[in-house]
Amino acid sequence: MQKITRDVLIDKASALLSDGTVSCVLGWKKGEFDYDVTPAVFTTHDELIKDFVFSDFCGANFSKYLVSKTKNIEGRILVFLKPCDTYSFNQLLTEHRFDREKVYAVGIPCEGMADISKVRAISGEGIASIDTSGDKMLVTTLYDDEPVEIAPCDFLAERCINCKSKKHVAFDELIGEDGDVIDSNRFDEVARLESLTPDERFAFWQNELSRCIRCNACRDACPACTCEKCVFDNPASGIENKSPANEFEEKLFHIIRAYHVAGRCTDCGECSRVCPQNIPLHLLNRKFIKDMNDFYGEYQAGAEVGMRAPLVDYTTEDLEPGEVFDRRDTDA
Amino acid sequence: MRKCSLDKLDLLLGEIAKSNELYLPVDDSDGSAVYKKWEKGTALSDALNTVRSPKDFFFPQTENLMEFKMQGKNIEIIDTRSELEDFVIFGVRACDVKSFEILDRVFLSEPVDSYYAMRRSHGVIISLACTRPAETCFCKTFGIDPASPSGDISAWKTESEIFFEANNEKGEALLSSLGALLQDCDNEAVEAQKAKINAIMDKLPLKNLTTEGFGGGKTAELFDDPHWAELSEACLGCGTCTFVCPTCQCYDIKDFNTGNGVIRFRCWDSCMYSDFTKMAHGNNRLTQKERFRQRFMHKLVYYPENNDGLFSCVGCGRCLAKCPISMNIVKVMKTIGGDKGE
Repeated sequence: MQKITRDVLIDKASALLSDGTVSCVLGWKKGEFDYDVTPAVFTTHDELIKDFVFSDFCGANFSKYLVSKTKNIEGRILVFLKPCDTYSFNQLLTEHRFDREKVYAVGIPCEGMADISKVRAISGEGIASIDTSGDKMLVTTLYDDEPVEIAPCDFLAERCINCKSKKHVAFDELIGEDGDVIDSNRFDEVARLESLTPDERFAFWQNELSRCIRCNACRDACPACTCEKCVFDNPASGIENKSPANEFEEKLFHIIRAYHVAGRCTDCGECSRVCPQNIPLHLLNRKFIKDMNDFYGEYQAGAEVGMRAPLVDYTTEDLEPGEVFDRRDTDA
Repeated sequence: MRKCSLDKLDLLLGEIAKSNELYLPVDDSDGSAVYKKWEKGTALSDALNTVRSPKDFFFPQTENLMEFKMQGKNIEIIDTRSELEDFVIFGVRACDVKSFEILDRVFLSEPVDSYYAMRRSHGVIISLACTRPAETCFCKTFGIDPASPSGDISAWKTESEIFFEANNEKGEALLSSLGALLQDCDNEAVEAQKAKINAIMDKLPLKNLTTEGFGGGKTAELFDDPHWAELSEACLGCGTCTFVCPTCQCYDIKDFNTGNGVIRFRCWDSCMYSDFTKMAHGNNRLTQKERFRQRFMHKLVYYPENNDGLFSCVGCGRCLAKCPISMNIVKVMKTIGGDKGE
């Protein structure tokens, strides 16, 4: 369950709308069920009362929406940011992707968000209602008389189980108390993959990436992917592609994307959340983050506005390229 | 009506696979279901449906149409089509079987798409009645009965047995070839199974979803509906809905330069993409709102207008389950259609 309630957020949004601080609110709109929440812009108290929701299913990272939503608006837009969203917020500001003056950011605490596919794997199909108000999630289905109880460790999204920070690194105002950066186990799976032989690792990624349908949801949800025109969408680029033409093609796309966001990826996990084929894409990005930490010292993209990522910075302590090869050889 | 006990299903599948390539939904390593070729030991998935629809069997995501080889000033045109053997798709749900009819009207109308037609004529479809519909199901809205799926053969699975009924000669020929593995039986158990499914259908949350307000002739009324803006507001412009959809059939044809020739291929396209139907003059849909509107107008207005009122959605619920921002055809229909204001 979330510590912060819908009512608190509606009160805050309504107050900021009525005193003129903001002209609109980026929030979550309820859906047909208890879990299919859609990002939406609200402009009045009545709209908020009618459709605004906040629950364990509000996982979408709002930062990227600011790139489009801050264009052509009168006044400022209110955005509610969970701790991990604030890193993307800062990174986008570092890259000058939206006008900070047009945004009023309210940091909200997050207890971790649910992954509906994990919920469904336990409850089965036919979810009639989900009660997220208690410590455990209560899922009622069309097939069972009693609700199924699910503990957080079983319904939390992978990125939330390995949450890297409960600390907000950007906000105009904070609701509730701020948390701390967490010493998470998020690199354990990367370390496991590193310990495999090259052939085993290739087989792992081949199995995962062979499911790719090139829907581009990973790219389109990614706060680090904000190019006005992606080369893969541009018929004039010569490498535009709409579908995985062969097995190599899909690997190429994901690996190129991982390189493109290296040093800028905050590890928000949106890529894996939106993948319809459950490909653990975040592991590619985490591998880059882990390597950068090892080679250049700890670096968290988005921790502050204006930071220089290791790959675009130079210090005399930088390791020589040859050392990377030496390490690779000893690792293998 | 014929039946086989579930513990003999593996033998039965093996028998089918002896003379035909056999495909069926199996559990993938990520826990979801996917159509795979049957091999010894392959088990039928218990999942309600696959993430990817079975449209791939007839309309694959990518397919080479022809090749050109250049030698000096000569261009050789190579026909890449090859003759197919019959193949069997087992376990297709009622919604997905209906999607084949929707695709047929596109690809089998003159001029007939020979690539699609060849695959379609070689495919034998064994449908499977649903046992546990999901909250995202709304096939009834489009007149589909999940308890009585069509196809060349219809099948029903109970806790201990699986029942088959041939719907045409193709189906009868296949069932007859399975000989002693099947026993003749009455339809009592199947009727009981149908009643069970229908009772569940009456409890589904989307049971009252209506197509009222949509259909041919509604373009002028719906095209400029003010709600398109808010409905499409959060759309990421990804192709998930179109690629998991069993009825989306738009494609692009492209040339791949091999260095000494060209491979001309087609691949699924998505109306959500910025270069969809891009022409020499540019693009006629410049915003995501226009692209989003195209998808739903096509399914709910343009397609029925050109196809005797048949809607181009089968209510399978894949887009409901997979859209990254949970925007989908149900929300569109409820916002601008007959349920307006409810």
